[in-house]
Amino acid sequence: MVVNTGVKVLVQKEQTQKKVNGKQVASQRTAWDIVKISRHPERPVLQDYIKHIFSDFMELHGDRYFSDDHAIIGGFATIACQKVMLIGHNKGKSALENVERNFAMAKPEGYRKALRLMKLAQRFNLPVVTFIDTPGAFPGIEAEERGQAESIAKNITEMASLEVPVVSVVIGEGGSGGALGIGVGDRILMLSNAIYSVISPEGCASILWRDASFAPDAAEALNITAHALLNHEVIDEIIQEPGEGAHTDYQKITDEVKNAILKNLRTLVNIPTDVLLEKRFEKYSAIGKFQTS
Amino acid sequence: MAWYSKAITEKKQQKNTLWVKCKQCGSHIWQDEWDNNLNVCPNCNFHGSISAHQRAELLFDDGTFYEMFTDISPVDSLNFKDLKGSYKDKIEENKKKTGISESVVSGRGQISGIPAVASIMDFRFLGGSLGSGTGEKILQAANFAYDNHLPYIVFSASGGARMQEGVLSLMQMAKTCAGVARLNKKDIPFISVLTNPTTGGVTASYAMMGDLNIAEPGAVIGFAGRRVIEQTIGEKLPEDFQTAEYLLEHGFIDAIVNRKDLKEYLSKVLSYYNR
Repeated sequence: MVVNTGVKVLVQKEQTQKKVNGKQVASQRTAWDIVKISRHPERPVLQDYIKHIFSDFMELHGDRYFSDDHAIIGGFATIACQKVMLIGHNKGKSALENVERNFAMAKPEGYRKALRLMKLAQRFNLPVVTFIDTPGAFPGIEAEERGQAESIAKNITEMASLEVPVVSVVIGEGGSGGALGIGVGDRILMLSNAIYSVISPEGCASILWRDASFAPDAAEALNITAHALLNHEVIDEIIQEPGEGAHTDYQKITDEVKNAILKNLRTLVNIPTDVLLEKRFEKYSAIGKFQTS
Repeated sequence: MAWYSKAITEKKQQKNTLWVKCKQCGSHIWQDEWDNNLNVCPNCNFHGSISAHQRAELLFDDGTFYEMFTDISPVDSLNFKDLKGSYKDKIEENKKKTGISESVVSGRGQISGIPAVASIMDFRFLGGSLGSGTGEKILQAANFAYDNHLPYIVFSASGGARMQEGVLSLMQMAKTCAGVARLNKKDIPFISVLTNPTTGGVTASYAMMGDLNIAEPGAVIGFAGRRVIEQTIGEKLPEDFQTAEYLLEHGFIDAIVNRKDLKEYLSKVLSYYNR
């Protein structure tokens, strides 16, 4: 396996990620290649999708308890003619903005704002669309002090019974609990070069390999790519990125994401709430593999 | 990770059958005394790990505990291998070492005559990590409580989600919380007891979702690992950071209760449940 830490432009052949007889053909990229694409500095972030996909975005601020977290943003938005509540991790477009947005690592106030907006969506009977793109929830003193674990736990629990449809799109990094905190949906879509992991490859390598430089091995072992996760029935759909990654063609990827969201919303909004909730419960009840003897 | 090194110390202790060295105050305690004191240090009140079955015995009235979902055990679905070997081998090792088949024991019984359902995590089994089997046993028990309108108690002792099962383990957070959400809707009490240690994905799911959150004294309870936070902020954290006492102070725990008093405490709480 090639160990590379810097961002490089991939010279590999175009991926052959087609569905053959319903089974995914394995990508030629290694998991680590995909990790690097998912973290590419020019990769489109939530604000790019807002610009390209949504005709209107009314940002709403604050968790009503403590402050307004800039790592997670949200508000009313319109996609085609469909009005929704949009919530997502927002990485910055520059180093400076990234610092201001804490690299999309949310604190409890971010998760609490997200929950407030989801409840607001229920009040207004609007579907919720969440965009996931975070290295993880912020690991700092103030986050622990204000209940990082509680805020994520609460969101996960409340989302399980939120009475409007929820579509989640993993557009870049799906970093563990920090991602799941806005990620319990009826449909989980994932970009073909996005990742979704229980722990960062570096973190896993430093615990199980006792050396963070084994991150590429950990990335492989953790099954964090969209293809692996579709096979394990954790996600519902892959949104194919153009050529060498989403960063090479903003127009194309945002169109794809728009179509995928609309297609799923069209189905979901017609499902009666009690059926929707029952299906959501069944969906999450069924995730996981274990033995019964 | 702190819990990891503690687990190693514990392993070393097991080899010595005569006395136990307290991890907190360092005093030597006779094994008999340690056992009789429910693995709690008589000198400094440090609450050591205790097996799930021992806990079930302490919690439920004599002869009333009936274990459920015992047929569920982990499977190495990702074919996960790290430097020290395969997850598959680790599963077998842990089964042999602990005599249980997953990191949690679920069952029902009576607590001072009140029927209840409980899931009790066992830290000895893969650091009490939350795997697919763990999630399944916790959800199934929640479903049993839901169907039978019984209060549900979960004792947590866990390093967090089980890395060797990748995102499947992360999703157990959503799976278990979906069970808790249904209990909430039906107004069935859910009590969470957090014991040393309760961290990561377990804290960020059902463990923090109790209608009552109870902790044992000194239990380490947190989301991010101590070392990760220290690396992020570049300084040492205070001694009491992420302890049960710290969480009580910050409003996330209802009460800290000594192990020997837990049954009485929970009985009293349940006696207020006017169904």
